[in-house]
Amino acid sequence: MSDIYLDHAATTPLRPEVLEAMLPYLSLEFGNPSSVYGAGRRGHQALDQARDTVSRLLRAKSEEIIFTSGGSEGANLAIKGVAWAYQNKGKHIITSAIEHHAVLDTVLWLKQKGFEATILPVDADGLVSPKQVQAALRDDTILVSIMHANNEVGTLQPISEIGAIVREHGAFFHTDAVQTAGILDLDVNELNVDLLSLSAHKFYGPKGVGALYVRKGVRIDSLIHGGAQEKRRRAGTENVAGIVGLAKAFELAQEEREEATRHLVQLRDQLLEGLQTIPHTKINGSLKQRLPNNVNVCFQFIEGESLLLNLDLRGIAASSGSACTSGSLDPSHVLLAMGLSHEIAHGSLRLTLGRDNTREQVNYVLQEIPEIIERLRAMSPLYHA
Amino acid sequence: MYSEKVMDHFTNPRNVGEIADADGIGEVGNARCGDIMKLWIKVEDGIIQDVKFKTFGCGAAIATSSVITEMAIGKTLEEAEDITNQSVASELDGLPPLKMHCSNLAADALRAAIEDYRKKHAITA
Ligand SMILES: Cc1ncc(COP(=O)(O)O)c(C=O)c1O
Ligand code: FES
Repeated sequence: MSDIYLDHAATTPLRPEVLEAMLPYLSLEFGNPSSVYGAGRRGHQALDQARDTVSRLLRAKSEEIIFTSGGSEGANLAIKGVAWAYQNKGKHIITSAIEHHAVLDTVLWLKQKGFEATILPVDADGLVSPKQVQAALRDDTILVSIMHANNEVGTLQPISEIGAIVREHGAFFHTDAVQTAGILDLDVNELNVDLLSLSAHKFYGPKGVGALYVRKGVRIDSLIHGGAQEKRRRAGTENVAGIVGLAKAFELAQEEREEATRHLVQLRDQLLEGLQTIPHTKINGSLKQRLPNNVNVCFQFIEGESLLLNLDLRGIAASSGSACTSGSLDPSHVLLAMGLSHEIAHGSLRLTLGRDNTREQVNYVLQEIPEIIERLRAMSPLYHA
Repeated sequence: MYSEKVMDHFTNPRNVGEIADADGIGEVGNARCGDIMKLWIKVEDGIIQDVKFKTFGCGAAIATSSVITEMAIGKTLEEAEDITNQSVASELDGLPPLKMHCSNLAADALRAAIEDYRKKHAITA
């Protein structure tokens, strides 16, 4: 069997239709969108069109979209941007313990610069409680940032409910929607968000390009100073081809969403069911409030990197929250925040499905994994059969 | 990221298991990542006759465990004690910098097993 890619939460392949839409802007249509002559105007038009598409899909206005270099920049621009712009109003920011590091480390950096932060805990399923958000809000709270879906365990947060509470209080609300964009329907009004960040490479678009939605009336300070691009909120000649690709990929994802969801849920449930038959296995994350493409499990008594290497030898690409696979040698902060012990987190495996995965592939994976687990357990000093 | 030798020992680890009537047992945990290695030795006339291991850890931890069993068998206790994590790593044609600490696990477990043997057999070093 040819290679099986089960790491779509990390990144996705570029769709051929997206590449095709991008190609002209990588070759003939190279004009700088700020230039007055024809080639520049055409580049500018392409940007306008992309902005219209993205804003339409988010039910936003086109002037509310800022193109960025991806999810990390989006989160940085949202959080630092609001923090600098509103620091005279207050210096308190609320976020959760399971955020992507693009959010968490940004908030911690602001803390070093004199801001205050509340990092909310999560329950065993990885859920943030709206009540806890309510209780954490203070007079000087300017921003709350809670991710829409967690990238490791796939838990979906009650964003709309949290957003209503934050708005009622008079603070701003950002959600990192990098894992839900292109998978769920995102309506910024239904979600009650003021800022929302997304990244093209998670939905079959190119890497290094993203978008940040900023509700009209919300001020943000720029991180990158220079030219007047993006209404002075992000300087620099635009990544025209990337932005065109983002819009095209986002549009395709929205068009095919319902069918894609059915496909993903079917494969996900097949995986969850199959993996649960392996003894000493724990499913991580909420079973109800869950991304359609995420499977995350812990196999007791084994370590994730050796599991990933074995999977790789059999042509299966996946990821793990094990300490040994992280550059920092700390196990996943998400699994630890959900109350898992270091030792259990060590044996975690994340499988994230995509549009090209098939039932046959899932069958193959379900046949290989138990063998690998058995082999590694036989080698483990913690396992007593 | 791993050398061919590491992958060879990882996919075909030598001397996995336990020795029921071991003369010395060493068990160590890795303070940095939480991995655990346990090693059993059989000693005769001051020479290591057999070594077996079990490891809960990454690819490098399993490969270093495996290779150290091969390095230790046939050596005197004194020679075996001189095996360092550096020599384990070079026996495997090197380890990625981030994985050097994994080789401590193997060297420490072997030394712990030898120490256990000495204690049990009341031989002072
Ligand atoms: C939840 C989440 N936020 C942010 C990011 C960062 O996005 P990017 O890689 O586009 O910077 C990622 C992806 O790695 C993610 O999964
Ligand atoms: S033993 Fe944990 S990283 Fe190698």
